[in-house]
Amino acid sequence: MQQLSLLLASLPDGILLGFVYGLAAMGLTLIWGVMNVINLSHGPIIALGMFGTFFLFTRMGLNPYAGLIPVAFVGLLLGILIYAVAVHRVINAPHLSSLLATFSVNMIIIGLGTAAFTTSPYNVDFSAGGFKLGSTTLLGTRLIAALVAMLFTGGLYLFLFRTRPGKYIRAVANNRAAAELMGIPSTRILALSFGLGTMLAAVSGALIATFFPFSILAGGSYELKSFVIGVLGGLGNPVGALFGGLVLGMLEGVIPAFMETSWVPVIEFGLFVIILLVRPSGLFGAKQ
Amino acid sequence: MKRSLFSILTTLVLLGMILSACAPAAPTEAPVAPAPTEAPVEEPPAATEAPAATEAPAMVEETVVVGFTSSLTGAQEVSSKRQVAGFNLWMNQVNEAGGIKLSDGTVVKISAQTYDDESTKERVQELYTRLITEDNADFLISPYSSGLTAAASIIAEQNGKVMITAGAAEDDAYKTGNTSLFQLYTPGSQYLLSTVDMLKTLDPEAKVAVVHENDKFSTSVVDGLKPYLDSQGFEVVLEEGYASETTDFGPVINKIVESGATVLLGGGHYPDGSTFARQLYERKVGLKIVSLLVAPADSKFPELGDAALGISTSSQWELAATHTKEEADALGKPWYGPTGEEFAAAYEAATGDKPTYHVAGGYMTGLVLQKAIEDADSIDPEKVKAALEAMDLFTFYGGIDFDTSAEAHGLQVGHQMVVAQWQKDDAGGLVRKVIWPADVANADPLYPVPAPE
Repeated sequence: MQQLSLLLASLPDGILLGFVYGLAAMGLTLIWGVMNVINLSHGPIIALGMFGTFFLFTRMGLNPYAGLIPVAFVGLLLGILIYAVAVHRVINAPHLSSLLATFSVNMIIIGLGTAAFTTSPYNVDFSAGGFKLGSTTLLGTRLIAALVAMLFTGGLYLFLFRTRPGKYIRAVANNRAAAELMGIPSTRILALSFGLGTMLAAVSGALIATFFPFSILAGGSYELKSFVIGVLGGLGNPVGALFGGLVLGMLEGVIPAFMETSWVPVIEFGLFVIILLVRPSGLFGAKQ
Repeated sequence: MKRSLFSILTTLVLLGMILSACAPAAPTEAPVAPAPTEAPVEEPPAATEAPAATEAPAMVEETVVVGFTSSLTGAQEVSSKRQVAGFNLWMNQVNEAGGIKLSDGTVVKISAQTYDDESTKERVQELYTRLITEDNADFLISPYSSGLTAAASIIAEQNGKVMITAGAAEDDAYKTGNTSLFQLYTPGSQYLLSTVDMLKTLDPEAKVAVVHENDKFSTSVVDGLKPYLDSQGFEVVLEEGYASETTDFGPVINKIVESGATVLLGGGHYPDGSTFARQLYERKVGLKIVSLLVAPADSKFPELGDAALGISTSSQWELAATHTKEEADALGKPWYGPTGEEFAAAYEAATGDKPTYHVAGGYMTGLVLQKAIEDADSIDPEKVKAALEAMDLFTFYGGIDFDTSAEAHGLQVGHQMVVAQWQKDDAGGLVRKVIWPADVANADPLYPVPAPE
């Protein structure tokens, strides 16, 4: 009975957090889906999004949610820059080349971030209140973050299916050579896709900063979660990523009701391996 | 293709250089092939001098190399930097005072050799090997944290190097037959016993949740805590470990609420402890008292704002309850070194910050080494080691006495903890008050802590 009550208390929290995890994973899976590049700079970009919120809020007094707009814009530009500098030349090379290229970007951002911010934890002292739901307290920051994540997901969906550049992205993802033959500027579309992926990562980092402390190294754990979510929802399927995020969030809420919290990563990554073995394209991935 | 590759690499290097130039310098090492760094030299303090040294007939200068790693980056950064700052203060004081003078006229100056261990055990083992074999360190100081010290202690022991440990409270490293380690901190197994004693007087009916980081140090604290709670008749309604990298304490907090606990004891280190405290406040858990390890002892902790109010911690040393010569006389122990006020004034003059127990621990590693060199009247490692084994003294930091038995060689047996709590002063600012033991307390415990509004 106590476990059921604990489960009910932890589940809403897990679901809310799952939306933000899903948003982060969406960035990773979009890049993979369009250009078959595993972006290992995903984690540090999430961390940069966190620092974006920190500086806009603490230094400029900007509300963290208003700060999402500049964070998203800078994230988009940063992604386009990373694509142009590190990814474009290796886009047709074997996967290992793009993996190493994005890993290098990862190390550069972490190195520069460590020099600039050290690895000390930072804290955005922001509260959006909360309300009691049974024995648990639902935090306003998490509710708003989940709402923003849903808005971004909806926005991305509309962009991909209702706008010309979005359709170009889908065309390039589907068959780059054919898209080029139809006159689609694939290089610009790939750069835009990479930019959108990093924008989503930066925005998710900016949201996470409103409820968890962070350092320049903090993005690593969300990058790992993004991989698990990507596999759960199907790499290359952004909407599946949101679903995967919800599953992961729920697991993080549910598992501690039955066992020690330290078992959470064991179960999460165990699931990762099982899904890779049983259904490599993910639960919502396209059949290969 | 080669030209393209060259262009990419050139662009990346240039970008890195430009961004590096824009960023403020940070004291980090290159991650792959570190070059040795000298510990930063700070202005000598005006307020205090190093302990008096004896006059010598003729002067021959010797330099002792003290090697250690510090976590300039990674999870242990906050506390590790404070420990190093304490050591540097001592080193600068000694060198500015002319060095440690031996009876044969030798003057011993101190030189520090240090690297960034990035808070990882692998780096610690690699770098301590380097300190011993390439840098020829004469004596070693431990890195910060029990986990990193356990890794370093293997290298020190293999090479027979004396290592004075601070920031390393876990008991086990001293119970595996090591003979080169000397611990300054009160062992982990006794860390929270003073808090339990306090709780016994405040609320013997308290229901206790023990929630801790799953690492060497915190686990050793809990291993000592649980039987003591039992012996004092407390009901432990929840015991839970969490991973070091945990950021979402929501599920754990829900468990605490469901368990009906009125008191929380646990935590781990700075990152998780500060996060835990913040989320307890946000969720308005309303525990009567929360005692967390390490994090609340840091001067960064009040950055949490009202979430810090009422959080208590076990502290190795607090300026408000600093130990005195009168205390030493009453115990019949020899007094050595500056007073707590002198130490604190010197540290504030050098850094502009107030010293925490991590700073005091770092300072004490040097002070204890100095005393051992003076007692040995030599820098011969074997003689210094013998002097450490024979040491039984009292300083501003408290008693220093090492176990010399084969079962627990080097374990600290002379030092006591105090309990400190964040309270509000008259102006509404957060201050850390000593609340236990009662005879050294400068404030009553805030109990129960006011529930968050």
